[in-house]
Amino acid sequence: MSGTVVRLKSGFARWSWPLTLDAFGAWALAVVWIAPLLFAAWAAFHTPQAALAFDVHAPLILDNFRTAWSAAPWLRYLLNTMMLVTTILAGQLVLCTLAGYAFARFPFPGREVVFYLVLLQLFILPEVLIVENYAMVSRLGLFDSILGIGAPYMASAFGIFLLRQAFKSVPKELEEAARVEGCGWGGVLWRVYVPAARPVYLAYALVSVATHWNNFLWPLVVTNSTSTRPLTVGLSLFAAPESGVNIAVISAATLMTAAPLLIAFLIFQRQFIQAFLRAGVR
Amino acid sequence: MKIMRSLSGAFLATALTAASLPAAAETQLTMYYPIAVGGPLTRVVDGLVADFQAEHPDIKVNAIYAGNYDDTRIRALSAIQSGDPAQLSVLFSIDVYDLIEQDLIVPFDAIVSTDEERAWLESFYPALMANGQVEGQTWGIPFQRSTIVLYYNKDAFAEAGLDPDAPPTTWDEMVEAGKALTGDGRFGLMVPSTGYPYWMFQAFAIQNGKELMNPDGTETYFDDPAVVEALQFWRDLAAEHGIMPAGTLEWGTLRQAFVQGQTAMMWHTTGNLTAVRNEAPFDFGVAMLPANVRPGSPTGGGNFYIFKGASDAERKAAVTFIRWITAPERAAAWSIATGYVGITPEAYETEALQAYAADFPQALVARDQLEVAVAELSTYEGGRVREALNNAVQAALTGSQTPDAALSAAQATADRLLRPYR
Amino acid sequence: MDSIEAFQRRRMALYGWMLATPALILLTLFAFTPTVTTLWQSLFSRGTARRPQQFIGLDNYAALINDPVFWQVATNNLIYAAATIPVSIALALIMALWANARIPARGVVRAAYFTPTMLPMIAAANLWLFFYTPGLGVIDRIAALFGIGATNWLGQPDTALAAVIIVTIWKEAGFFMIFYLAALQTIPPDLREAAIMEGAGRWTYARRILLPLLMPTTLFILVNALINSVKLIDHLFILTKGGPNNASKLLLYWIWETAFAYFDRPMAAALTVMVLIVLGIVAVIQFRALERRIHYR
Repeated sequence: MSGTVVRLKSGFARWSWPLTLDAFGAWALAVVWIAPLLFAAWAAFHTPQAALAFDVHAPLILDNFRTAWSAAPWLRYLLNTMMLVTTILAGQLVLCTLAGYAFARFPFPGREVVFYLVLLQLFILPEVLIVENYAMVSRLGLFDSILGIGAPYMASAFGIFLLRQAFKSVPKELEEAARVEGCGWGGVLWRVYVPAARPVYLAYALVSVATHWNNFLWPLVVTNSTSTRPLTVGLSLFAAPESGVNIAVISAATLMTAAPLLIAFLIFQRQFIQAFLRAGVR
Repeated sequence: MKIMRSLSGAFLATALTAASLPAAAETQLTMYYPIAVGGPLTRVVDGLVADFQAEHPDIKVNAIYAGNYDDTRIRALSAIQSGDPAQLSVLFSIDVYDLIEQDLIVPFDAIVSTDEERAWLESFYPALMANGQVEGQTWGIPFQRSTIVLYYNKDAFAEAGLDPDAPPTTWDEMVEAGKALTGDGRFGLMVPSTGYPYWMFQAFAIQNGKELMNPDGTETYFDDPAVVEALQFWRDLAAEHGIMPAGTLEWGTLRQAFVQGQTAMMWHTTGNLTAVRNEAPFDFGVAMLPANVRPGSPTGGGNFYIFKGASDAERKAAVTFIRWITAPERAAAWSIATGYVGITPEAYETEALQAYAADFPQALVARDQLEVAVAELSTYEGGRVREALNNAVQAALTGSQTPDAALSAAQATADRLLRPYR
Repeated sequence: MDSIEAFQRRRMALYGWMLATPALILLTLFAFTPTVTTLWQSLFSRGTARRPQQFIGLDNYAALINDPVFWQVATNNLIYAAATIPVSIALALIMALWANARIPARGVVRAAYFTPTMLPMIAAANLWLFFYTPGLGVIDRIAALFGIGATNWLGQPDTALAAVIIVTIWKEAGFFMIFYLAALQTIPPDLREAAIMEGAGRWTYARRILLPLLMPTTLFILVNALINSVKLIDHLFILTKGGPNNASKLLLYWIWETAFAYFDRPMAAALTVMVLIVLGIVAVIQFRALERRIHYR
């Protein structure tokens, strides 16, 4: 793989004349793309007056963070978000592994039809069904609970599909070898398939965490109290125009809530991008 | 279905054991409340609730901040529909028809029993009770109530050669002052037109001598000539007189624009008073809205409601809480913390508010304006009727429709929505 | 022997069903049942405690079709899709080519492109609010340098939808870049070498070799972008709330508003059905593509 990349680079070098142009274009676009975040950072560390006046000599301050921090239970929101992504991920891993295994290795009657039904969920988005899903969650007594936010996403068609593909590409011989050693169906799954699909699990887990960390509409609909509200809903409440908080404090709060995932991304950038590559393209 | 229930029952086992722990003698109340103005007000409410619980150890109040008025209505009703109900809430005073229609609230007359309590029902400013009294009963008790007032930058007035102590009192004076104040990156006036455009518009209509609805909440008069003229005037502030920016103006960021000196005058809720006071780096004045045919402003803001699902004990406890929090000292403290109207005349006689007003007379404007205030636009199908009017106002302000056409369309929508209730 | 095999087959079938069941239960609860109840619900009138709901057949659909707001919102959503899909795909491709080229500070550039993907849409909307604020915001400050006056980006019907579209493109282009990046890395460099040998120019190479090879990826991204043009509406809550005068209202936001702000669940259901029909058409396209994909392996 790395060999490929190196040779690709040398190939590019032959068309060297536009490369400086390329570099310039790439940087320009990068600056434009990151600008909103940079300006938020600028605003967050200045008084609203200085932030809007773009006064470069204005002193840097931390008051906005202090104000934002004390104005809402952010730690609780953060905890809720973490519990939420963990619950969803745990549910997805278990359910999708079992279902993916079934679709990959067990020829049961009606499998094709059922599989297509599962794939249908790629399009019957939980987001679109908010109204009836809300009714369902209420009926089940799961309203305003972490489980209620997570449940509609647990049987993820995307996850089932990915894992089915991954399991299918595992050579049958590995399974047979494990069987000879006396493994049952569960043992085979645990000893052979799950380890073989580890990169897919990692990729899927990262996509899932990033997606649900950022999810808003459904949590907005089914949460009602501080003890379940995730960060995104908390942020929208805090920053709603009606609340009249100023732009500097909103910027500070926005950065605060985005920070955990952003920092994780910057640290594990390579793994993140690789993860997305794997999960998306297969 | 049974399987589903037992399934969810299993999921919820831990939550249920947790809920059954509190002592039996304690009455637990859940209440949702909105905040629509600036400032760290959740802490003020939390503080009030803590004080109440210290005085009434047998009642526990779980106060949940739920966003703006619309969000809060959604949250409270969601909770009720999901079998996880609230016993009381602060909701939009104008939600009363919809709440009655959904059979969700109980009138206070049915809960109060003693003469003292009945007297308490009579103790509020009548203008603030108008939205809460329907079908001859009292459904809402005023809490965070406001009127629209005119904030103006005294420094800018002085700069423009105007008398900082003589704010405009009529539409014409306002336009004239606006013209003198406009220029050099500053507008003369801003009136917000997102969030609650119908509310601001109602002020224009009242001043032009026309109320927007009948007291039963079944008729609207959006296409009345005086109403159309009022919208034309609002639009002309930008289009003709050039003292206001074109397009819609954001409710939430307007205070900041005023504090930053982007506009010399703004119309806004009195609920923003304390926030403006804390933030404005210049001397500012507060005045009643200017008059045309007559002076006036709609009242606004939130009332306490008690939900039907509450048990008798919970209803009593809720009334105890509401009486406590609307008592003069608390009403005064709340008014000082926000700028909202002190809801009873007694509140203005407390030492705290007297001292505050002596130092900061701007705090009395909203109260004085109550004399000319009228009930806020409130009808059945309130959300959609308001939405229709909001759209009309925005269509006219952005120039995509004439005021006449926009308001006729809104009236047609309102007629269609309200016909079943007539 | 025969009976053992049959027994084995039955056991496999049983295991298969058992393994798939937990997922199928949840899918039934949160995808299939709601779809059916949505259809059913859309045939009733809005009920209140005093006025119980009634079966009204297709009246909700008729009301929608006669409602100019519906057509406006549908048109908005079409414009939204027609703008966000091609622009973000084109940008994603350009980004991927640059992020794959040998340029200085490539890692930083790549991170810059990708960062918006990691932000919640709500946070993104907050950042952009700062850009769009009339007079004070970043865009107007820059415009002022060129002598252009303040523009009320979010408060005017002609610009509100565009402002919302730009945020969406900003948010999703970096995400799509990743898929192109992956696809680019699987293209054998020999192809490129050969193209150079043949004396093909850059554009010829891009048009004749690169784009056809990237076609499956483009299709995959296209479907994702289509779904996003229904799904990505979180920023409306912060930026415009669909205003002014519905100028930036999108279908899913309207569904939310109808169901939760106006408590008109049947009407929201009718709207949902319409969106589901559109998504169904997308699904058919995608299944075709998926099948091709599966054949590849």
